[in-house]
Amino acid sequence: MIGVGAVYALAGLMFAAFAVFTLRDPTNPKRYRRSAFWALLGLSFLAGDRLGDLGDGLIVVGLAGLAAVGGLGLGKPQTTTPAERVEGAQRWGDRLFWLALIVPAVALAGTLGFKALHVGASPLIDPKQASVIALALGVVVALVVAMLMLRPPLSAPLQEGRRLADLVGWALVLPQMLAALGAVFALAGVGQSVSHLVGAVLPSTSPAAAVIAYTVGMAGFTLVMGNAFAAFPVMTAGVGLPLIVHKFGGDPAIMGALGMLSGFCGTLLTPMAANFNIVPTTLLELPDRWAVIKAQAPTALLMLIVNTALMYALVFRF
Amino acid sequence: MLPLIGIAVLTIGFTVRLNPLAVIVAAALTSGVLAGMAPLAVIAHLGKAFNDSRYVTLAFVALPVIGLLERHGLQARARTRIAQLAGATTGRLLILYLALRQITCALGLLALGGPVQMVRPVLAPMAEGVAQARLGSLPPPVLRLIRAHAAATDNVGQMFGEDIFIALASILLIKGVLHQEGVDVAPLQLSMWAIPSAIAAFLIHGARLSRLDKRLARLAAESADAERQAGE
Repeated sequence: MIGVGAVYALAGLMFAAFAVFTLRDPTNPKRYRRSAFWALLGLSFLAGDRLGDLGDGLIVVGLAGLAAVGGLGLGKPQTTTPAERVEGAQRWGDRLFWLALIVPAVALAGTLGFKALHVGASPLIDPKQASVIALALGVVVALVVAMLMLRPPLSAPLQEGRRLADLVGWALVLPQMLAALGAVFALAGVGQSVSHLVGAVLPSTSPAAAVIAYTVGMAGFTLVMGNAFAAFPVMTAGVGLPLIVHKFGGDPAIMGALGMLSGFCGTLLTPMAANFNIVPTTLLELPDRWAVIKAQAPTALLMLIVNTALMYALVFRF
Repeated sequence: MLPLIGIAVLTIGFTVRLNPLAVIVAAALTSGVLAGMAPLAVIAHLGKAFNDSRYVTLAFVALPVIGLLERHGLQARARTRIAQLAGATTGRLLILYLALRQITCALGLLALGGPVQMVRPVLAPMAEGVAQARLGSLPPPVLRLIRAHAAATDNVGQMFGEDIFIALASILLIKGVLHQEGVDVAPLQLSMWAIPSAIAAFLIHGARLSRLDKRLARLAAESADAERQAGE
C-alpha cells in the first residue's frame, strides 16, 4: 500500500536538493546557514519517524536557531529574465494555464478515484491519505509533462523551486510549527485555562450576552491560537453548550456552524494563522507582514457582526 | 492559569518582531515547564507534534512546478491575457474569483486555489495586469496593495465557502465535538446553516472590492500628478 510516507520522502528529497544547490550557490553570503536549514527540514521529512521524539525536537530547535540568529540570506538560482518570460508567454500561450491546472486536476481525480485501485484485497493507496498522495502525484505528472513540453535544463524545476522556497524562507515551516505548538499548549492545559478565563470575564446572564460571549470568544481565541479548530472544542464545551444550548434552549447545529465561522473571522485577523496570512506575504514579496491581514480586516470584523446577529436571530428560533 | 503565560510569550514575541520560529519554541517551553514538564520532555513533545504535522507543509511540494511555469512566462501570460478582456477591472476580476472560490470550496475543491498554486502564479499577476492596462503604470506600493487583496480574496472565499461542503474537516470537527458532549447533529444541517454567512461574505467582500477599483483609480491619478510635478 502506498501511504503518506512516500510523499514525505518526495518532499524530503526536494528539501535535500535545495540544501545541495544552496551550498553550491556563492551568491548567497549566508549559504551555509540556509543550506543547513533546508538540510534539517529534509532530514525531518526523510527520517522523522526514525529519529525519536527528542531527535525531532532537536530538529525544531535547530530550525528555529538557524532562522533566529543571523538570518538565512537569499540565493540567486539561475532563471530567465523578464524579457525572456514575456517571450515564453507569447510562445506557449494558454498552454501554460493548462500545465498549471494539471496539479489540481490530478489531485481531484486521485482523491475521488484512488478508492477504485486495489492490489488483491487491500487498497493500493492509503484511503485516509488519498488527497495528500493525489497532490504529490499531480506534481509529478505536471513536472513530467512540463519538462517534455518546455525542455528546460534538467535542474530547472529544483532550482526554480529553490528560488520560491528561499523567498518564503523560514515562513515555510511556520504553519507546521504553529500546529506543533498547538499540541504542546493542549498538553499543558492552555485550553481549559482560557475557557475558565472567558467564562469568568464575559457576562452570560441573557441569551444575547451568551451568543456574543461565544462568537467573540471564538474569534478572540482563534486570534491567539491561529486556528479555529483549536478554539472550537474549548469554547463550545465551556460557553456554547452549557449556556446557549442547555440554559437558553438554542439549536446546537446553528450554534456550531456559526460558531466555527466566527472563529474563521479570527483566522483572517491573526499572523498566527501563518499559512493564510504570512506565507502569502512572502510569496507575493510584500515587505509588510500585515499587508494581507489589513486587506482582510474590514471583511472579517463585519462578518463577525453578521455571524453574531445571525446566530442571535436563528439559534433560539429553530 | 500558569500555562497561559506561554500565550503571553507568544503574543509579545510576535509583537516585538522576534523571529516567530524562536518565539514558538520559547512559548512551548514556557507553557510546558509551567505545567510541570521537564524542558527536554517539552522539546520531545514539540518534536513529536512537529513530526506528526508534516502534512501541513506538503502544499509546498508544488513549488518546483510553479517555479518552472513562471520561468516560461506563466505570470506574464496571466498579465496579458486578462488585459485583453474589455470591461475587466481589478475589482471585478477579484469578485469573479471570490464567487468561483466560494463555489468550488463549497463543492470540496479546496486544492484549486491557495497562495502557492493560484495566487502567486495566476491571480495576483492578473489583478496587477488588468489594473495596469486600465490605469497605466502604477507605483510599487499600489501594486503591493493589489497583490495583498488578491491573497485576501482567496482566503475570504475559502473561509466562507468550505463550511458548506459536508465532508470537510471543520464540519466533521463540529460534529465530533458536539457528539462527545452528547449532542448529535447531521453534517447537512451544519452545512446548511453556513449558507447565510457565505452569501453575506460575498456581498460584504464584493462591495469592498468594487470600492477597491475607485481607490486604485484615485491612487493612480495621485501618482500621475506627483510624477508630473516632479517633471516640471
